Amino acid sequence: MLEIKCPYCGKRSQIEFSYGGDAKLERPKLGTEVSDSEWNEFVYYRNNPRGEHLELWHHISGCRQWFKVFRNTATHEILSTSKIDEKIK
Amino acid sequence: MQKYSIFNLIKNSFSNHQNWDVAWRDPQPKKEYDVIIVGGGGHGLATAFYLAKEHGISNVAILEKGWIGGGNVGRNTTILRSNYMWDANGIFYEHGMKMWENLSQELNYNVMYSPRGIINLAHSDAQLNAYARRGNSMRLNGIDAVMLNKEDLKKMIPFADFSSARFPIFGGLMQPRGGTARHDAVAWGYARQADSMGVDIIQHCEVLGFDIKNGKVAGVQTSRGEIKTKKIGLCVAGSSSILASKLNMKLPIESHVLQACVSEPVKPFLDHVVTFGAGHFYCSQSDKGEMVMGGDLDGYNSYAQRGNLPTLQHVLTEGVAMFPNLSRLKMLRTWGGIMDMSMDGSPIIDKTHIQGLYLNCGWCYGGFKATPVSGLTFAYTIAQDRPHELNSKFRLDRFQKGYLIDEKGVGTKTWIG
Repeated sequence: MLEIKCPYCGKRSQIEFSYGGDAKLERPKLGTEVSDSEWNEFVYYRNNPRGEHLELWHHISGCRQWFKVFRNTATHEILSTSKIDEKIK
Repeated sequence: MQKYSIFNLIKNSFSNHQNWDVAWRDPQPKKEYDVIIVGGGGHGLATAFYLAKEHGISNVAILEKGWIGGGNVGRNTTILRSNYMWDANGIFYEHGMKMWENLSQELNYNVMYSPRGIINLAHSDAQLNAYARRGNSMRLNGIDAVMLNKEDLKKMIPFADFSSARFPIFGGLMQPRGGTARHDAVAWGYARQADSMGVDIIQHCEVLGFDIKNGKVAGVQTSRGEIKTKKIGLCVAGSSSILASKLNMKLPIESHVLQACVSEPVKPFLDHVVTFGAGHFYCSQSDKGEMVMGGDLDGYNSYAQRGNLPTLQHVLTEGVAMFPNLSRLKMLRTWGGIMDMSMDGSPIIDKTHIQGLYLNCGWCYGGFKATPVSGLTFAYTIAQDRPHELNSKFRLDRFQKGYLIDEKGVGTKTWIG
């Protein structure tokens, strides 16, 4: 069982949360010309690292806030969590 | 190579089975190969076998970081099927089904192919309609599909919960030729035949980097030294992104952990592979009597090859909803494997922008059944430097061009699918 520290509610068990994927994806800027390959990169391509991964989680059965989790994908160790607008790395 | 037959079995019994040939050698890596396959799983071994058998290319090495068959080919739930709706998938997997039917003979190795039929249960009228549509699409592609009603199912799977108010069983879709095979035997059978045709299976040899010169493959650096080659096939499933990053490539892949489990062995009570339609759960009974069960991904990026209990609990709750008597069984083993989840749920077998580098990945949780046809088409792609007709839709650039093969239509949230 993962224990995830929600920045708003504190440590809770994994079953209260749902996953939101890679937090480093950056949507191409609005109002600019975006090429097919840039869209392709944003929509479909992932770094998918083995090791440290910054990702989004949703406290869906709790405060319903989205936040960031810095986690190791090889060991499942959670290194830190933060509010969505705070910088981890 | 010693043929496996009743006569050789009798002959070797006189020497207490001490004089059988080894099934495959343990060679030292040569300085150069015509083709290097990275990954000694089912797909890699099958690819090497078909390179030698169909294309006469036997100066081939398979480089495996661990031991052959220690990854997903030894971790799956052994299900074979081709019950897909989209043409690209249906035609591809159906070709694979036909290969399974003759695989034990082709490999001279009993892969214990068991066409016991796979049944997808429907729990609402709408779901039954959707299954009828899928069944019709399958039949248009020459794949066997049979609609079953509740009375049929009561005879076939009497232990299912037919009185459930929450998940009533309306009927089901069955592919009678679907079934199971012995997963380890598939890896060992391909390894033995490939080895006998001259393929070097090099275990405990990790690929550390690639030599690319002027956009062309020149060789690989491994934990056992440098090896030259002009063609490399990547068959590393959940580790695809790691190797791609050594080539400065990104892939439309995320790695996720999928768990499976078996119960203690019991007397035969389930003759088919059955899937729960109101969630994600499937089970079959192994020849040893264990219930082999699986379901959802754990749902977050992972390379850990082990999962967590909440997912297992969720999956088995679905199992108990379908077969209430499962609740009385003890769990014997659970394990996890790393799935190469592609962004549309379909595989990639293609060339890349690097000349001589070929890619085989994106199998999600359906790679085992594709082992023969994946090997056949990937070997063709490598040998001929162009995709086979069967994998002509499984291109890497299909995402950018919009030719997705989104069988489930769940989008790019790979952990939901």
